[in-house]
Amino acid sequence: MSANGRHAWRRLKALAIYALLTGGAVVFSIPLLWCVSAAFKDVQTVFRVPVQWIPRPAHPENFRDAWRVLPFARFVANTLIVTGFAVVGQVLSASLVAYGFARFRFRGRNALFMLLLSTMLLPAQVTMIPVFLIWRRLGLVDTFAPLVLPAYLGGGAFTIFLLRQFYLTLPRELDEAAMLDGCSYFGIWRHIVLPLSRPALITVLLFSFLGHWDEFMGPLIYLHSPEKLTVSIGLRLFQDQYGQTNLPLLMAASLLHILPVVLIFLAGQRYFIKGIAMTGLKE
Amino acid sequence: MRRGIERRQAFWGFLFITPWLAGFLLFTLGPMLASLALSFCRYDMARLQFVGAANYERLLTRDPLFWRALWNTATYTLFAVPLGLTGSLLLALLLNRNVRGLALYRTLYYLPSLIPAVATALLWNWVFNANFGILNQALRAAGMARPPEWLQDPHWALPALIVMSLWGIGGGRMIIFLAGLQGIPQSYYEAAAIDGAGRWQKFRHVTLPMLTPIIFFNLVMGIIGSFQVFTAAYIMTGGGPANATLFYVLYLFRQAFEQLRMGYASAMAWVLFLILLGFTAIQFRQARRWVYYEGEPQ
Repeated sequence: MSANGRHAWRRLKALAIYALLTGGAVVFSIPLLWCVSAAFKDVQTVFRVPVQWIPRPAHPENFRDAWRVLPFARFVANTLIVTGFAVVGQVLSASLVAYGFARFRFRGRNALFMLLLSTMLLPAQVTMIPVFLIWRRLGLVDTFAPLVLPAYLGGGAFTIFLLRQFYLTLPRELDEAAMLDGCSYFGIWRHIVLPLSRPALITVLLFSFLGHWDEFMGPLIYLHSPEKLTVSIGLRLFQDQYGQTNLPLLMAASLLHILPVVLIFLAGQRYFIKGIAMTGLKE
Repeated sequence: MRRGIERRQAFWGFLFITPWLAGFLLFTLGPMLASLALSFCRYDMARLQFVGAANYERLLTRDPLFWRALWNTATYTLFAVPLGLTGSLLLALLLNRNVRGLALYRTLYYLPSLIPAVATALLWNWVFNANFGILNQALRAAGMARPPEWLQDPHWALPALIVMSLWGIGGGRMIIFLAGLQGIPQSYYEAAAIDGAGRWQKFRHVTLPMLTPIIFFNLVMGIIGSFQVFTAAYIMTGGGPANATLFYVLYLFRQAFEQLRMGYASAMAWVLFLILLGFTAIQFRQARRWVYYEGEPQ
């Protein structure tokens, strides 16, 4: 093949890759685009075949209505409360535990760490029923406690692992210097480790937020009173009441559920990408 | 003196990991044992009665729905995990070619995996709608006179959920692959080129071996996650039509929290656990043959 021919061939291939990537991205975006479009329609136009992608007339008031019917605003507030408290607990306790595993030498440390990692392999169903019975015995079913309090006890293997990986890269000299200045171990964690690990903490915080915002089975098991539901459970109620009669309203409500997640992702994108890459690569 | 430092280290180390240790005992180990005990009992939240292995016996020999649920879940896993893994890897390979606008593509492909499970389910419910759904509109436009009725058709409901799961191939798994690809030292490819390796050989003998730890990790976690599939079926099909999407955890959930058969559901949980443990053990054993860890003494 001549140099010219090879050049043309390479350009053609690059073009094919872009076409493939763009085509795929369009296909992947269609369901979401449809959801956005449907959320602005009315009950007649939403079922029109073929799909009318730009809704005419547009009904932005669907969002206001979705916010008002059912106590949707209440669901959002509940989800924010649960998510907020759980995120704080998860990040703080995971950071303490990760620091303990990263910096201290004690008998059984490695075995305990393996045990911690192995809990990732455990299907939640094995503990789900007795844990429910514990909360019931404590009289805390239909409160936020079962969804929030466990987060304060370690925050899960994945989070601890991620933070420990980060702490292992922090220079020990800082700890030692602080020790000489009379800082306690707790003080080191508070004044040196926490500030230095800000990027890792933000990563973990974002993951934690997404995980709790999204949670379904927990609230499904524990929350029953309509005024205590979170959005993910409330949406199901929404589906039952409006799924057949007012699809645009359901789609508007779904978008309200999706929007915070997307905004958070766009705001913290670099933390996400780095954090995910970090967990996958080490060890 | 040394002794003292060691002791102090141990004391503080334990103190820092105490939250996890307490959580592990209280919410993992304790409940695990309790659930094992419950699986030999009958318990409807009022009366507790020891029944020996009766739950297991009924489960394995007299409950066709259990086998149906296991079959559905295994079928789902058999397709969703390999397809998803391959899809993620291919996407990462495409994005790893010095693509201009990488950040934009990455965001567009990542976005679906971010959408909360309930919203995804509500959304795809309508994508699959036989009459108005955009999928069937596209299929009709492509000349298919009678496209499947997806979620209403017992033959197509499970495949529909598998297709839906592939919407997430651009998620965390793909990002991990991408980071893995970018972490392969260029010198390996140069060395391979000197040895006369073509593109396919480079992929086969450099890229793929370097990615095997990631593939292995994703395979193990993928199977475990896939066996716990729940939300999609709970919201979209309720396990139907004709139990075609009755997944294992959905059936377990119903036994526990709708029928209040806590003992029976606990037995189901342990059977699931043992199945997954078996799968994981087999995979770890197989891993020695195909997973390549760099710098590890043989």
